Amino acid sequence: MATKLPKTDVVIVGVGWGGGIIASELTKGGLSVVGLERGKERKTEDYYMVHDELRYALRYEMFQDLSRETITFRGNEKIKALPMRSYGSFLLGDGLGGSGVHWNGQTFRFLPYDFEIKSKTIERYGKSKIPDGMTIQDWGITYDKLEPYFNKFEKMTGISGDENPLGGKRSEKYPTPPMKTTPGMKMFSDSCKGLNYHPYHMPSANLSEQYTNPDGIARAACQYCGYCERFGCEYGAKADPVVTVIPVAKNTGKFELRTHSNVRRILHKGGKATGVLYIDTTTGEEYEQPADIVVMTSYVFNNTRLLLMSNIGKPYDPKTGTGVIGRNYAYQVLKGAGVGFFEDKEFNIFAGAGSLGMCIDDFNGDNFDHKDLKFIHGANISYSQTGARPIQNNTVPPGTPTWGKDYKAATVKYANRHINVGAQGSCMPFRHHFLDLDPTYKDEFGDPLMRITFDFEDQDRELVKFMGAKCGDILKQMGADKVVSNTELAPYEITTYQSTHNTGGVVMGSSPDTSAVNNYLQMWDTENLFVIGASAFAHNSGYNPTGTMGALSYRAAEGIHKYHKNPGSLV
Amino acid sequence: MANETEEQDLKDHREPDHSRRNFLKNSGYAVGGLIVGGVVGSLLRSPNKSTTNNNNGNTTEKAPANEAVNFNQALMHFTQEQFLIMEAATERIFPADDNGPGAKELGVAYFIDHQLAGEWGLNGREYMQGPFFKGETTQGYQGRLKRREIFDIGLQEMQNYSNKKFQKKFKDLTPEQQDTVLKAFETDEVKLTTISASGFFKTIFGSTMEGAYADPLYGGNGNMGGWKLKNFPGNQMSYTKIIEQDKFEKMQPVSLREHLPHS
Ligand SMILES: Cc1cc2nc3c(=O)[nH]c(=O)nc-3n(C[C@H](O)[C@H](O)[C@H](O)COP(=O)(O)OP(=O)(O)OC[C@H]3O[C@@H](n4cnc5c(N)ncnc54)[C@H](O)[C@@H]3O)c2cc1C
Ligand code: SF4
Repeated sequence: MATKLPKTDVVIVGVGWGGGIIASELTKGGLSVVGLERGKERKTEDYYMVHDELRYALRYEMFQDLSRETITFRGNEKIKALPMRSYGSFLLGDGLGGSGVHWNGQTFRFLPYDFEIKSKTIERYGKSKIPDGMTIQDWGITYDKLEPYFNKFEKMTGISGDENPLGGKRSEKYPTPPMKTTPGMKMFSDSCKGLNYHPYHMPSANLSEQYTNPDGIARAACQYCGYCERFGCEYGAKADPVVTVIPVAKNTGKFELRTHSNVRRILHKGGKATGVLYIDTTTGEEYEQPADIVVMTSYVFNNTRLLLMSNIGKPYDPKTGTGVIGRNYAYQVLKGAGVGFFEDKEFNIFAGAGSLGMCIDDFNGDNFDHKDLKFIHGANISYSQTGARPIQNNTVPPGTPTWGKDYKAATVKYANRHINVGAQGSCMPFRHHFLDLDPTYKDEFGDPLMRITFDFEDQDRELVKFMGAKCGDILKQMGADKVVSNTELAPYEITTYQSTHNTGGVVMGSSPDTSAVNNYLQMWDTENLFVIGASAFAHNSGYNPTGTMGALSYRAAEGIHKYHKNPGSLV
Repeated sequence: MANETEEQDLKDHREPDHSRRNFLKNSGYAVGGLIVGGVVGSLLRSPNKSTTNNNNGNTTEKAPANEAVNFNQALMHFTQEQFLIMEAATERIFPADDNGPGAKELGVAYFIDHQLAGEWGLNGREYMQGPFFKGETTQGYQGRLKRREIFDIGLQEMQNYSNKKFQKKFKDLTPEQQDTVLKAFETDEVKLTTISASGFFKTIFGSTMEGAYADPLYGGNGNMGGWKLKNFPGNQMSYTKIIEQDKFEKMQPVSLREHLPHS
């Protein structure tokens, strides 16, 4: 049936950020790598017409075609999961570079607290601080151990930033200085200083100045074009796998990229992965690609789904809390936010960049006392100026009619007279939040879709209440004439965009009972299989995920080299 | 950043260099001036005139021979009756006022027509496989109807409701009566069995905003009039020079047409 191809050292499933890093690191080290990517090829020249809000931001030009594959969702186990028929809550990457092409580039390091969250929470507040059902766990690695890999990722991407005064220790400064400071950012910064907080520039993969990375890849400075998130960068300024790691891999002559190649199964025998089964979506033909080592970098959902469909690892069972594949699914809690309206001041907010902003970590991680609070962890609070594009920029004060003459007048008036301050809330895992295979709905090949069972908890509602108030305080201090803060969190719903920061499902840790991979992202029970991505996060922090995900990818690459020389468990 | 340094900086780059330089050439930015208005303006007829012609099929008012016709203003999907309802409804949602043009002048109903004729109207990149169940609101749209079918039904129901309540077609109602009909849909006061009245209202509201503000290449936002309302500069090459500036910068907007060479 399937045509069997010649064996390769390593096969990679999905060529986004994770896949790109692995391809570049392994081929530089001399391994032969085949990269299978289900979507199409991409290059900077594709973006001549990219400043098109309708096509890219509202018609989702660059994202996964949901008619072929989507996910199903339910708030809890009692209701029937139904397919996400059109986009909403998050957007799935597809094509060379994955979501790394149309991300914002906000590149944070998780806090030291994150990696030892359970021990540190118990140490400071006692066991009773962790509510029933919350399944936080230590990650099996410390911040200090991961620090060199953060550094590697930041140098490859050329992150622009200044030091986070409340972050983990850094061995080196950011490779490029922070982005420019807009009037809004300055106001945010002054306001925070006035409140005794510690503002710093949002670490940015947009590049404040021209930069050449250690691989010799040179990129231009960001032009603050205002079409960043959901768009490809026509300058190659935004760090994206297509302009950073993928050309490095290609230059070695050891990387064979096959686009339009959708992987359906990981093949295995006697506790070892033997390769993958994939379909060429242009011809419908099936191929078997044998390999010594298989690396999965197909994002959170397909990392989990492919393992379950291939019968690798023990599926998670929410009834008993045992099993690991699908465990600890988490997301991001974003509704704690505020908006300030300014009657007499207009901002150039049509201009901006994906990670142009100021932020504080005074209320993130365990940087503040939670003794009297009904939640743990926190959020990074920020003002970011990412480009206010006109179809979606219609922020008006409450009480404004929802359409018609007065609505139009208010949207026109406030188009450039408002500032949003938001909290990127962490999200803790719970026993009843998980991923498994949907029993009803199928993808284009007849394979089951991934099913998400997830809702917000009291922890999240308390966090939003707290953070919304803090955002409001900052805006008041910024001098807004009218401040509206949101302190309420409704049940999780799949229809409005929140963030593509899905985490968990194949989590890392120090015990095979509660984790699927070790701290090299090597599967405990299939040692030549590495599963890379935010799928390894045991919870989600109050930050965007990719800085940490990138660091873990570099560590995994090192592990794969070690394994190749000396097969066996790396821990 | 001065232009020379910009050029200098670009020397060392691989792909960005190439793409950026062509981009500059194409947009006319490199020669220092924003090529704007002239080309685009001459292609569009005065919006009022062109809509009058289309709506009433009135051919007596001929365009002067030297004025280019906007061939884009014809229908791909709607019937004439549907189009007239759409045009009137979008104008109520986004009316002409002291700030500037409304939906009709911007060509919003043409925009919606053209969108429905393509992939979006057929939910081409959405998951439309069964089985279909009525879900929780948190689970999003779960119907089997595609957008085209929803518009066909929704516009007919607006006509029916107008006839029943005011004994007139929607387009012939007074603006206040049209608002009454739209409100009745928005609040689900109209009870429909096939589609959700409020869901339909949300869809036409959303597409009205898209038609007012999307790049004019799609048939709406005529003459970039939507962008001018919000002082939105369209898609400029770079904001490096103004990003730190405190003063609000008003610019002549630029559309995607400027990013392709037209001989
Ligand atoms: C709009 C948007 C904005 C974002 N902004 C930020 C930000 O500012 N900061 C931040 O930290 N993060 C951000 N993110 C998240 C960031 O993009 C992801 O964390 C990152 O890209 C994940 O890398 P990955 O390699 O795990 O997955 P991806 O980059 O998504 O790559 C996965 C690849 O695998 C392919 N694939 C999947 N299944 C298969 C299969 N079966 N066979 C073959 N190939 C397959 C996909 O097509 C895709 O190319 C954003 C995401 C989005 C969508
Ligand atoms: S804002 Fe900067 S990084 Fe983002 S797409 Fe524009 S030029 Fe590129």
